[in-house]
Amino acid sequence: MSKFVVENRIWDKEESLTHHELGALQGARLKETVERVQQVPFYKEAFSKTGITPEKIQSLDDLQRLPFTTKADLREQYPLRMLAVDRSEVARYHGSSGTTGTPTMVAYTHNDLKNWANLCARFLTGGGLLPEHTVQIAFGYGLFTGGFGLHYGVERVGAGIIPAAAGNTPKQIMLMMDMQVDALVCTPSYALTISEFILQNDIPRNALNLKYAHFGGEPWTEDMRTRIEDEMGILCFNNYGLSEVIGPGVSGECAVRDGMHISEDAFIVECINPDTLEPVAPGEEGELVFTSLCKEAMPIIRYRTRDIASLNPEPCACGRTTVRMSRVTGRSDDMLIIKGVNVYPSQIEQALLRVEGTAPHYLIEVDRPDRRDEVTVKVEIMEDSFSSSMKEMQGLKDRILRTIQGVTGLRMNIELVSPNSLERFIGKAQRVIDHRPKS
Amino acid sequence: MKLKQLSVFLENKHGRLRELCAVLAENGINIITLSLADTEQFGILRLIVKEHNHAKTLLEEKGFVAKLTDVIAIEVSDQPGGLSEILRIEENSGIGVEYMYAFTIKSGENAVLLFRFDDMDKAVAALQNAHLNILGSVELYQRAEG
Ligand SMILES: [Zn+2]
Repeated sequence: MSKFVVENRIWDKEESLTHHELGALQGARLKETVERVQQVPFYKEAFSKTGITPEKIQSLDDLQRLPFTTKADLREQYPLRMLAVDRSEVARYHGSSGTTGTPTMVAYTHNDLKNWANLCARFLTGGGLLPEHTVQIAFGYGLFTGGFGLHYGVERVGAGIIPAAAGNTPKQIMLMMDMQVDALVCTPSYALTISEFILQNDIPRNALNLKYAHFGGEPWTEDMRTRIEDEMGILCFNNYGLSEVIGPGVSGECAVRDGMHISEDAFIVECINPDTLEPVAPGEEGELVFTSLCKEAMPIIRYRTRDIASLNPEPCACGRTTVRMSRVTGRSDDMLIIKGVNVYPSQIEQALLRVEGTAPHYLIEVDRPDRRDEVTVKVEIMEDSFSSSMKEMQGLKDRILRTIQGVTGLRMNIELVSPNSLERFIGKAQRVIDHRPKS
Repeated sequence: MKLKQLSVFLENKHGRLRELCAVLAENGINIITLSLADTEQFGILRLIVKEHNHAKTLLEEKGFVAKLTDVIAIEVSDQPGGLSEILRIEENSGIGVEYMYAFTIKSGENAVLLFRFDDMDKAVAALQNAHLNILGSVELYQRAEG
């Protein structure tokens, strides 16, 4: 465990407004946003279809009368038909990778960029960042919002940045050692790759000065946090964001590390049942829906994230009053339906982290021979867990099978593979191959 | 009295087995004997080679997971009853066999049985008490070379 202690600091006064103050601010900003999106034909049309005019939106209570926006809507409006300002006012473009289809583009004005940096500064401060620290950013710099978002957030706090970008693991570690880096920013999958490299090459822990890390860009688990913290002797903080809403900076953990504080002065969050679209009770899991309150270039109304999480409105010991979201337990995009059961890749990861002798490197392959879903999980064994005894190897396989069954309720085929034989990731991990015919 | 066996994890058995044999052959390492335990998806290859340390390093460089495991080699005359005698001794001492395999020596009439027991030290003691011919590594390599 890390000996690093986070000073409890709050970056902005907007993070600790009273319920009443926040409600008034959100209501006023919602009205502005509704006015602003009248510049976007997509919203103008969606509003008129449901008979809603900007005048009818007077306060927060009217939010639920507004239409939802989906990823499919954004794809249809590709590249820039969601723009609410003149192109001359745009200062930056980002986009989603488009791994599952048409990419989507997002845009920022100068004000948007300033706000965005500030939102990132909030969670970075909550998670220990001080101006005297040196931060290595091992996120991709490019269309992906992670690299630039965190970069300007760290800069806003006033700390020193090493823009290492993603990849070239030996060089990342060399930089961390030589530059005595305090904090690492990357995806949790890449942190695992880095940690593994350090262990395999017997690099002594005291050669690094690393104290903490901020991870985001993909869902991960509490077991993964424990593992990385133990292996690297650091504190790991979770943050959340998505390009359609703004990028990183939507929410992040404070020193208490019990949920991520959502910047509610900038976003209204809802948590809904994805089937009925009705709100779920506080603490219950549902799909997160965000409405931007400050964005100029591309405001977004009730964006359905497909991310499954729960909300906790209880006050936090850190002094912030903003609502906290749980870890994203799955994206409904990543969700697999196997024999009618919903399964998230993160559940497999969670199970593997509980079985001694396996590494959380895995690949899920789904097929449907004879019209029955069949799942094979390829799992890397660790050098130490290899035994010449078939009984022990079968025992390991059975433990994996039973643990996965315990977590998912499904019996999956387990295939043990050699260490380092599965692909390593420097950005977001791709862990599912679905061979089933698309219906 | 124990002997080093080189144990190798083989996923995708056929391709990897061929690759493994090629690595050893290229480096002039002679396989005295081997045994493959396999399931549908993976296999465990158990090898007796003289240069086991070198072989382990070579295989690891090629991405194999390899381990040195203690086994016991017992020389018996190649006649009925040899194996059942050993199993009786171990059973009476409460020792279990994890796996075994055998090969015959070029020169003589004798066979060599290779054993992995769940309690290796106790097994050596019991076999010595029964005056069985346990082969050390040097003896085994000499017999293998004829
Ligand atoms: Zn807090």
